[in-house]
Parts: sequence; structure tokens; C-alpha cells
Amino acid sequence: MEGKSLAQLKKIRQEWETDLGKKGLKERRNEFFTRSGIPVKRVYTPIDLEEAGFDYVKDLNFPGEYPYTRGVDPLMYRENLWLIGQYGGFGSPEETNQRFKYLLSQGITALTIALDLPTQMGYDSDDPMSKGEVGKTGVAVDSLRDMEIIFEGIPLTAVKLVGTLANAIGPIGLSWFMALAEKQKVPPTAFVGFLQNEILKEYVARGAFFLPVNAGLKLVIDVLEYSARHLPNWLPIQLCGYHFREAGANAVQEVAFTLADAITYIEETIKRGLKVDDFVPQFFFFLSANLDVFEEVAKFRALRRIWARLMKERFGAKDPRSMRARFHIYTAGSTLTAQQPMNNIVRVTAAAMAAVLGGVQHAFLSSMDEPFQTPSEESARVAIRTQQILAHELGVIDTVDPLGGSYYVESLTNQMEENVWDYLKKIESMGGALAAIEKGFYQTEISSAAYQFQQQIAKKDRIVVGVNEYRIEEQINIKPLKHDPKSEKKVVSSLKSFKKERGGLAVKKALEEVKRTAESNGNLVPPIFEAVKQYATVGEISNVLREVYGEYVGGKGYF
Amino acid sequence: MERKTRILIAKPGLDGHDRGAKIVARALSDAGMEVIYTGLHQTPEQIVATAIQEDVDGIGLSILSGAHMAHIRSVLRLLKKKKAEDIFVFAGGIIPEKDVLKLKRMGVLEVFTPGAATSEIIDFVKKARDKGTK
Repeated sequence: MEGKSLAQLKKIRQEWETDLGKKGLKERRNEFFTRSGIPVKRVYTPIDLEEAGFDYVKDLNFPGEYPYTRGVDPLMYRENLWLIGQYGGFGSPEETNQRFKYLLSQGITALTIALDLPTQMGYDSDDPMSKGEVGKTGVAVDSLRDMEIIFEGIPLTAVKLVGTLANAIGPIGLSWFMALAEKQKVPPTAFVGFLQNEILKEYVARGAFFLPVNAGLKLVIDVLEYSARHLPNWLPIQLCGYHFREAGANAVQEVAFTLADAITYIEETIKRGLKVDDFVPQFFFFLSANLDVFEEVAKFRALRRIWARLMKERFGAKDPRSMRARFHIYTAGSTLTAQQPMNNIVRVTAAAMAAVLGGVQHAFLSSMDEPFQTPSEESARVAIRTQQILAHELGVIDTVDPLGGSYYVESLTNQMEENVWDYLKKIESMGGALAAIEKGFYQTEISSAAYQFQQQIAKKDRIVVGVNEYRIEEQINIKPLKHDPKSEKKVVSSLKSFKKERGGLAVKKALEEVKRTAESNGNLVPPIFEAVKQYATVGEISNVLREVYGEYVGGKGYF
Repeated sequence: MERKTRILIAKPGLDGHDRGAKIVARALSDAGMEVIYTGLHQTPEQIVATAIQEDVDGIGLSILSGAHMAHIRSVLRLLKKKKAEDIFVFAGGIIPEKDVLKLKRMGVLEVFTPGAATSEIIDFVKKARDKGTK
């Protein structure tokens, strides 16, 4: 805007404000804030952008162009829809196989396998530590055999993206998919396998770890190095903000902590002799889709801009693919309520819409019954349908970055970016992510934010419908998840007989090789791949790692 | 001076979600109680040993993974075995209604599910302690 008309606009705004005062209009609150605490003005105008030094080409540019604020692809959803995924898995591999066949029949294009906690933390189902946990939160996978059962009759090419979490057991997770591809005679270039494989946030916010931090990090980097060299079309890491957010972080902290962790992974992988453009194009983010719709949209846009600048300016990336922040989202489970649970469908819809308006690549949504149980078939279907309605009925995808240019959203995007850089500088001054985590910086920031949020609800500064306002007397009537109550027993006994039948010599030799490689600090993926192909179990492989590296010993928890 | 109420907040099993546990710990502490939080991945044996060693009035067990029945049963059994049944037990997390009833029959004094206010939990703990034998 020209200087003259800007001055004129400022004058008009002044008159308008004065006029409001004269009319004696009063706002219902003294101040308005986004969830992360960014002050929200009464109204936004070109003046706000002008004052921030907004430059269309420098700050936004066109979709698919640096700094990718408007989207990573030039045509976005006018070319392809985002991948409509679902997170699933529970009980035994057989039960999960049935569920997956059902989900696939409902039109999903991506699939994420939920693993139970023993599997995620390197325990076999028959380990004493696993008692009561087998098949809860996800499916029990002890060995490749279980993966074969899960994918019985389901080709890996049935969806465009297939993967699992495997944060503490990255090389094992990767090997399962490589081995399964061999069994199905599918070349790894024919589908995109992905892993979460992101250990740092586990020590802060999610808790699925078992090795000391440095060993946990080594496993992650082994997977990144191996994938860069052998599986260039796979996505071997999700840089995770979701779990910080679920633990109580706000949107700014979510992005800042994720980026600080990303910097650590990049620096560690460079030490393996790779250049950023060799492996960063395989990075994906995993973010929360939360309820403050405009702040969320701004979050996704700001993340793309910061990432592009970080990669180009700090890491000297040349390949545009290294500069494009692509992301998976999961709607925030912590925003769901156990009260009047049908209302959760509305929350999930709004959060998912924020992600779509923010330019997401792959989404899976929470089911309305998550405050109670692993989703039933019906509620999982509603979650899929919600995405399909967003894609086909709401008219939100037909132009790229529809909120781009909104005075409000651009102002929020700028503010978000500024606040994130501030955090990044702070973390940098502490010595980077590892040092900040070791000092408990992330943890105390997150738990303070969580407590504050809870206080707002207690004081009714924040209304959560059905929880602190609009309550009803109700009989909760959720369709129970149909599952086999004896599945833990069955899984354990089938594992025991499998171990007997399997033949031990090849497994023993493969495990010895895992140990030798760990001791000589080699990349663990090749020997673990061999062990997995010999049907060594997750517990057997993890116990070798425990022997070599020891176990993480946490202190008493602070709060 | 009256002895302060002492509470152990514990995370049994492999579940790593402790947002709720930390909020409850802080709320009880702000309400003037002495609170110890175990941190993650505690076995029932560790929890009961800590509870006895720290001489607590009550244990709050937080579980969101669905493994509540097995872990809480073990904690209650161990308390009995160690003759520490005067320590009251309450629980919180993603716990279905039918399990809430079962847990109460087993001896859990109260179960708090998603949406419970911290003020309810504080009131409960105060009452439970007043009724208690410690």
C-alpha cells in the first residue's frame, strides 16, 4: 500500500475507534488471546501487515516456492487430496488384521499401525513387564510373524503410505517393513514406508523409551543413515510436536521444541558423512491439529516458513525438497471430553479443518470415543468420514491456502514465527535440544503451561463445553470396542510355542552379530534386519541392546 | 503442629502419559499437601515400597493405557501383604465405567475419569485422610 493511502487508512481507523468509544460499546472481555498467549486485536487491517514490513514475495511467494508459506506443492489439493489415514491396531495381530481390512474398505489412503507399549519399549509379550499391557493401546507385535499376520491379505501397496511409530525401536520397525516387503515380493520403491522413529520427545513427553538418551538417539540416526542410502523414497522420521502439545505445550512451544530437536537430528546425521540434501528431503513433521483454528493455521504456515529459512540459511540446503516442511497431523486427543462424547466429532472436525486450511499432507483423526477406549469400528469410521466430508463437501480445498492474505492470519503467522525464533535462540543458548532436555527446560515449560491451562478451566476463564459449563446428567452410551478379552493370554501362549518351534541357532547367530555391531558402534540396521528375518523377537533384540548400552534411569518425577 | 497430608502420585506400568498425574500432583501440593511423584514406568513393587518408605496417607495411581486392572490389583495386593492397608488408594485415567465399579469393589476409594476437576480431587483426598487411621 502506498504511503498516502496508508496514512489515510490510519486516519479512518482512528475515527472508527473514536466512534466506538462514543457509542459506549464495550467488549465482553478486557483482553483476547490465542491459546499460546498471543494478544488478539479487535480487527486487523493492511496497517498491521505494513507495520510488520510484510513483503508478499519474501514472506509468502507462490505455493510450491520458497519459503513455502502458502504450501509445499504448487497445486496442493487441486492436484491431489491429502492422504486420508487412520491410526489403528489393538489386541492380537489377528484382530488387527480384521480391523485393517475394515478400515481399508472404507476408503483410507494411508495406514498407521498402533503398537502396544511392550512392543514400543522392547519387551516381548511374555516378559513380566508386559503383564496387563499386551494388546492395549495397540497391537502386540513380537516378531516378523506377527507383522505377516497383520498384513495377511493386505498388500503393502494397498495404501500410499504405511508405517508405525517405533520410536525406541527404530531399526526393528524399519526391518519389519523391509522384511515384509521381501515376503510380499514388493520392491521398497513401490510403496512409501514410514516410521515415527523420534526418540527425543519420548524422554520429554511420551515416555516410550528404554535405552539411555545417547543410545536412543544413535538408533534413530542409524535408521536415517540407512534410509538415506537404501530407501530414498521412505519417510524414516516424523519430527514430533504432537506429543509436546498433548503434554500441555502451547502452539509456539510445540513448533519450537520440534525444530530444536530437528536441528539435533540433522547435526547428528551429518556426522555420518551425509549432506543435508542427502537425507532431509525424507523428513516429515508430525503435528497436533488443535482447536484454536486460526492460530493452528498460522502455526502450520509459520512452521513452513521457518523450516525453509532454517534449511537454506543455517544448513545451506540447495535441494528445494530439503526446505519443504511436509507434515502429518493427528487431532488433539487432549481436547476431547468424556462428557457428552458425541460433541467430540465437532471438535475433531474443526481441528482437522484447521490442518487442511494449513496445508497438511497426511491426516488421521481422533475418534469420539477415545476418552473411553480404543476406538470402536463405528467411531473409527466416523473419523474417516469426517475427513471425506472435509474433502468433498465443505468447499475448503478448491483454492490453495485460502486464508493467505487474511490480515489476521498473516499477522498471527508473523507473530508465531517471531515467538518460535525467540525460543530457538533460548534453546541454542542452553547448548541445544539435548542440553535443554537434560536441564528439564522443555519439561518445566510444558508442565507449567499444562497447569495454567487447567487453572483457566477451573476458574472458567476458558469454557470447555460439557465439562465446566453446559453440563447434563447423562448416561454415557458408547458402543464398546468388540475385542477378545483373552487376547493377552492367547498372544503370550502363541509366542511361547512360536519360540520353541522357531529353531534357535540362526537367531542366536544373528543376535550375536547385533551385539558385535553395537559394541563396535556400527550401524545397527543391517544386523537387526537379519535378526528380524530370522524371526528374532523385539524383546530378544532389545535385550541385546540393553546389555550393551544399559537402561535409561530416570530420577524422581518433578511436576 | 498437625502433620501434613502426604500423597504419592504414581505411574504404574509402561504408560508414559503423565500430564494428568503432574497436574494432580501440583494441585494437591498447592492445596498444602506434601506430594511425591514417582515418575514413569514404576512397578507395583516400587510404588508400594516408596509409599511405605515415604509414610504416605494415600496413593494416587494414574493410568491411561488400559492396563489399570492388572496394575491396581497388584498394588492393592502388595499393600495388604505389607500390612499397609491403612494407605488409601485412588485412581485416575481412561477407565471405563464397568472397570470403575470393579476397582471400587477391589478397594479403590475413588476413580477420577477425564474432565474431573482438581478441586474434586483435593476435596476427596482431604476427606479420605480425615477418615483414615494415620
